[in-house]
Amino acid sequence: MWELADLLISLVFYGTAYGMILYLLAVGLSVTLGLMRVVNLAHGVFAMAGGYVTVTAMSRFGWPFLAAVLAGVVVVGLLGVALERTLYRRLYSAPILEQVLFSIGLIFIAIAAARYFFGPLAQPIDLPAWLSTRLDIGIGVFPAYRVFLIGVGGMVALAIGMAIDGTRFGASIRAAVDNRRMAESVGINVSRVFTLSFALGTALAALGGSLGADLLPIYPGYPNDYLVYLLIVVAVAGLGNIRGALYVALAFGITDTTIRYFLPDVGRVLILLLVMAVLFRHPHGFAPKTQA
Amino acid sequence: MRPTRLLDGLVVAALAAFPLLAPGYLDLGTRMVILALFAMSLDLLVGYCGLVTLGHAAFFGMGAYAAGIFALRAWADPVAGLVVGGAAAALLGLVSGAVLLRSRRLTLIVLSLATVLVVQEVANKMTWLTGGADGLQGISMGPVLGRFAFDLLGRVSYAYAAVVLALGFLLFRALVDSNFGRSLVGIRENESRMHAIGTPVDARLRTAFVMSAALAGIAGALQAQVAEFVALNAVSVELSGEILIMLILGGAGRRYGAFLGAPVYVFMQDYLAREDPTNWYLWIGLMLLAIVFFAPGGLTAWLGALARRLGATRS
Repeated sequence: MWELADLLISLVFYGTAYGMILYLLAVGLSVTLGLMRVVNLAHGVFAMAGGYVTVTAMSRFGWPFLAAVLAGVVVVGLLGVALERTLYRRLYSAPILEQVLFSIGLIFIAIAAARYFFGPLAQPIDLPAWLSTRLDIGIGVFPAYRVFLIGVGGMVALAIGMAIDGTRFGASIRAAVDNRRMAESVGINVSRVFTLSFALGTALAALGGSLGADLLPIYPGYPNDYLVYLLIVVAVAGLGNIRGALYVALAFGITDTTIRYFLPDVGRVLILLLVMAVLFRHPHGFAPKTQA
Repeated sequence: MRPTRLLDGLVVAALAAFPLLAPGYLDLGTRMVILALFAMSLDLLVGYCGLVTLGHAAFFGMGAYAAGIFALRAWADPVAGLVVGGAAAALLGLVSGAVLLRSRRLTLIVLSLATVLVVQEVANKMTWLTGGADGLQGISMGPVLGRFAFDLLGRVSYAYAAVVLALGFLLFRALVDSNFGRSLVGIRENESRMHAIGTPVDARLRTAFVMSAALAGIAGALQAQVAEFVALNAVSVELSGEILIMLILGGAGRRYGAFLGAPVYVFMQDYLAREDPTNWYLWIGLMLLAIVFFAPGGLTAWLGALARRLGATRS
């Protein structure tokens, strides 16, 4: 009996850690889709870039882990501003086909660049000692790294929730998601809201990429491999549903971990069929807001 | 005579002329022909219905496995295999279309990705039937129509694939020129308006989806028969993306896009990727950005504009 309870607790724990990474990776994509209506399949590129910056800062320049993560977030956030201003901006009213092609093109260029600069192998990340131990958190003893992931993810989710609900910028985002034209006509600088929220989304992806580098290894295939999971989180939550993205990411992480544990052979098919069934019942996800 | 008639004839002539012009490259030519058929099937969805999917290889792979398994366990006749492959893919299209076509845009993309991943994982796990990760091996095809045995030079393979492509093109042409095809374009341009004037939008899209799946399945079956082997990556997200790129390179919804895009892509891949696979990714990426920002409509649109300019200077 106790063994079963222990097992379930650890499945939920590992699933939550995985879900938190997915949330960090996906939340920016949800904003991009809900706000700018851009189907940006290349969102994983920013997570990968963040991971590479972090790994490089640690191994080449000997920066401590947290400083290196911060460097990844800042560099990629600036990269996000630059790309939004130069390229993404032109695609806001483009047909979905062009958005998809553009983002596939960007993925290919990123893969080529990653291979050229870092080679085809996964980049090992040297976690600091305080993350390599195990922690007793009351319900069991777990790797400190994952406890840390859950803690950071939770704080980020909380901060995003408070910012969306309680700040002027958050109100502008909500307004622009609900009705872009109306937001513009009441004097919200939607163009600036776009740039800032795109940059924030890419920075969060970079945070997820660098913090999660030990769980989801950084290598050139990264933007392709996790793409479908990011898209699932965003589509099931509903585009632009920022809070929903957290719940869906956690639910997906826990369900995926559990199914794979009990049914390792058919787990991958089952979780995909489950997602298809959910999207069949709710083609617009669980958000009140529809259509990208 | 409408200019399309002339160009349609040109397409068929090019298919016939290839073995004469490049007799040493029949394998490459066969690959181009099969992928052109596959890209053409995708064009029905992407170009004419305006539905963007990233999972079309699910149907290609389904056709390939069905034809391969049929040849291995039942009957090695190629034409019967094509029918089996097309039918199996059409059935998958019927089922997955019912799920996919309830949504649009991003959700449709997610569902199409999920479809191809599910089919791939099933093919990967059912080792006793599909050979799993090693691929489906040991196929030995009988002669085409009971008369033309596959030869080592690939002459029969090429002729067989080219004839199937030409027949597929006749079907495709009849489809897109029919009222049915026009209604698909109408749905692409404005779905709610088509709905409002009484077009059964869902039924039309579902029909187009099944037809597209069947054509893709036939292309897959051809691939399985010509190679006498089915690799697991016949069902993959990569192939789904590649075929979309081929179509876009040629030009989606422009009748000849698949015929230009697939051969040009295969040629470039054969030439560039052999030299340096890393740069190959870079080139494809840059090419996609160039198409999006400078040449929407791909090669077909570009050639069309060129022809118009030449015509203008002459008159």
